[in-house]
Amino acid sequence: MNEFLNQLAFGWYPYFAVTVLVVGSILRFDKDQYSWRSQSSQFLRRKQLSLGSNLFHMGVIVLFVGHLVGLLTPINVVDGLGIGHGFKQLAALVVGGIAGIAALVGATLLLHRRLTDPRIRQSSSFGDIAVLVLIWVQLVMGVGTTYWTMQHLDGTEMVRFMGWASGIVRFDPGAPALLADVAIIYKLHIVLGLTLFVITPFTRLVHIWSAPIWFLLRPGYQIVRSLSPVKRPHYSLTKGPAGAPAPSFGGSAVTRAHSESGGT
Amino acid sequence: MKIRAQIAMVLNLDKCIGCHTCSITCKNVWTNREGVEYAWFNNVETKPGIGYPKDWENQDRWRGGWVRKRNGKIVPRQGSKWRMLSKIFANPHLPEIDDFYEPYTFEYEWLQNAPELQAQPAAKPRSLLTGEVMNKIEWSGNWEDMLGGEFEKRSRDRNFEGIEKEIYGQFEKTFMMYLPRLCEHCLNPSCLASCPSGAIYKRAEDGIVLIDQEKCRGWRMCVSGCPYKKIYYNWSTGKSEKCIFCYPRIETGQPTVCSETCVGRIRYLGVVLYDADRIQAAASVENPKDLYEAQLGVFMNPHDPKVIEQARIDGIPEPWLEAAVRSPIYKMAMEWRVAFPLHPEYRTLPMVWYVPPLSPIQSAAEAGKMSVNNGMPDVASLRIPMRYLANMLTAGDEAPIVRALERMLAMRAYMRQRSVHGRIDRSIPERVGLTAETVDEMYRVMALAAYEDRYVIPTAHRELEEDAYVLRGSAGFGFREGTNGATNANLFGNPKKTPRKPFMDAPT
Repeated sequence: MNEFLNQLAFGWYPYFAVTVLVVGSILRFDKDQYSWRSQSSQFLRRKQLSLGSNLFHMGVIVLFVGHLVGLLTPINVVDGLGIGHGFKQLAALVVGGIAGIAALVGATLLLHRRLTDPRIRQSSSFGDIAVLVLIWVQLVMGVGTTYWTMQHLDGTEMVRFMGWASGIVRFDPGAPALLADVAIIYKLHIVLGLTLFVITPFTRLVHIWSAPIWFLLRPGYQIVRSLSPVKRPHYSLTKGPAGAPAPSFGGSAVTRAHSESGGT
Repeated sequence: MKIRAQIAMVLNLDKCIGCHTCSITCKNVWTNREGVEYAWFNNVETKPGIGYPKDWENQDRWRGGWVRKRNGKIVPRQGSKWRMLSKIFANPHLPEIDDFYEPYTFEYEWLQNAPELQAQPAAKPRSLLTGEVMNKIEWSGNWEDMLGGEFEKRSRDRNFEGIEKEIYGQFEKTFMMYLPRLCEHCLNPSCLASCPSGAIYKRAEDGIVLIDQEKCRGWRMCVSGCPYKKIYYNWSTGKSEKCIFCYPRIETGQPTVCSETCVGRIRYLGVVLYDADRIQAAASVENPKDLYEAQLGVFMNPHDPKVIEQARIDGIPEPWLEAAVRSPIYKMAMEWRVAFPLHPEYRTLPMVWYVPPLSPIQSAAEAGKMSVNNGMPDVASLRIPMRYLANMLTAGDEAPIVRALERMLAMRAYMRQRSVHGRIDRSIPERVGLTAETVDEMYRVMALAAYEDRYVIPTAHRELEEDAYVLRGSAGFGFREGTNGATNANLFGNPKKTPRKPFMDAPT
């Protein structure tokens, strides 16, 4: 591939994608939390969703964690733990292959349902369909890479990807060159993956950030909110309690005099 | 002891005529928007029937409410937090919109704009989900109105449990009643407990349960978690919505829209004081039949000086304590014991209570068709089976229902003696454990039902709860003047500000 394109796709695009993902998500969360939701369509049609959604989400979570750990664990750590490259490649192939196929089957069910069920189709935005199509293509390519991966089970290609990913993290300008000669399907898979990062803040994918694991940490079950969050033991100078002496609304001068004389 | 106040409601089913005015006014105010066309924060069901959504009382199917574990603790019937999170990708207990109904409209414009035709133009129904023509409308918000449909289907009503229901399919034996339903604003809400985002909360000041629309992420566990199926998923916004008890009206001392517009004067609103520390124990009693009594035990007597003292310490404003004394809810639920919680066996401690219906009895009794006991008909020969009402209101315990109906009959008999024969017969109320004075008051509140007796709503004291000093100069309706987002940090730069030094700001 042209050297410039290689630099663009694997040298610059990753930074752009991660920046858009992080900054865009923060902006959307800050500006418009009302639009921040998973937008489940189960309520409109249960058919195909139960199986599809479970397969898809569980598969994708395994794949996401697998990619994260597999790519970003420094190779020294892997070597230090005595994990052979060939073994790591095989493990990635098996686990990723199973999860990938599960996710692909799930995504296919969901995509079919979204495109053919009139209720779901009518209530889908362009973004809803685009997200699902892109993920489906990404899963097809991901599962497709297993064919190329099986050509070199010793893990040499895998080491290249690990080097590239850690190079990007370390702002190493030499990182994109590592990918210059890998098979085209890997390259497309990476570019589309980064594109999914880019579109996340603008689609329903933002619900990934909200995975409600904090639920497990909630003490008890109930939540009570009060207009006055803290019941203070003493009354504020500027707030008149019922039945108490009239408060002093004297502004900062009175407040200062009050606090200097040891009052609260 | 930790006293909190709750705005509660009682509905006197004895007077409900099933006119749906409450539902219509509620609909027009709150749910005439895209995504909630199917939702009725308030609906009126004809019972017996499977209701709206279909079969909502079947908790084996929807898993709403709480269950008591063998160790005496209660957990949501959907499962503990882990179990709930494991169902987040596809909730197996979530109703589908068809369990409510597919919302539709009619081609009204066609009636006006149709060209000259051979036949009369007809307004075809069109789905509000797909826009397609619906050939046949199969279900709607109140499909069983006035016992519509076959008995075979209606008899799947769960309240028939323990009843030989077949005879009620016969025309001569049939019975019906209306059940207006809205969010119960429970003391132990299971929707709230099911919300993984923590978006649902109960307000400490008035007990109203609300969904924070900014915080809701649409995980939809609350829809299955609520045993009354009173949480509605808005398919358009992807957020859940529910009855807000018209809190903007309640805060200003006005009754909810459904209450205000009730032509039968069946609705009552008032304050009850409760002990927040007793909720857990009351919801966890072993025998479901004891749940009604246990729930009464959570309410505090507003006349008791000790309670008043503690309530003041817990920050309940004086007008609320006054309103609690005059509360029609406390009178009907606690003093006269004529109002009951809907399905206490769900262990949510609901705060919308019901006076069981009575009317069909007396006319038949007067015609000599029923056994009469000391001038009062025997409640055991009512048209509506005691067991049916008990299944609905006391988890199957018939005695409290019988006592309530006898008291209402005694009120009628006593008033009849007084107004027709001009005779005060103190023996009538005494037979049901009441005094003549109490019956006079029951008559005033339940039969005459003047506006000021029905609605005793203290205004919210936002001026005490919120720090008005801090809020001065802020926008009343939240147009986000102070900031460009939810936080004070602003990626596009904040306006210039005076640097704040110690002692410059009033402590708040």
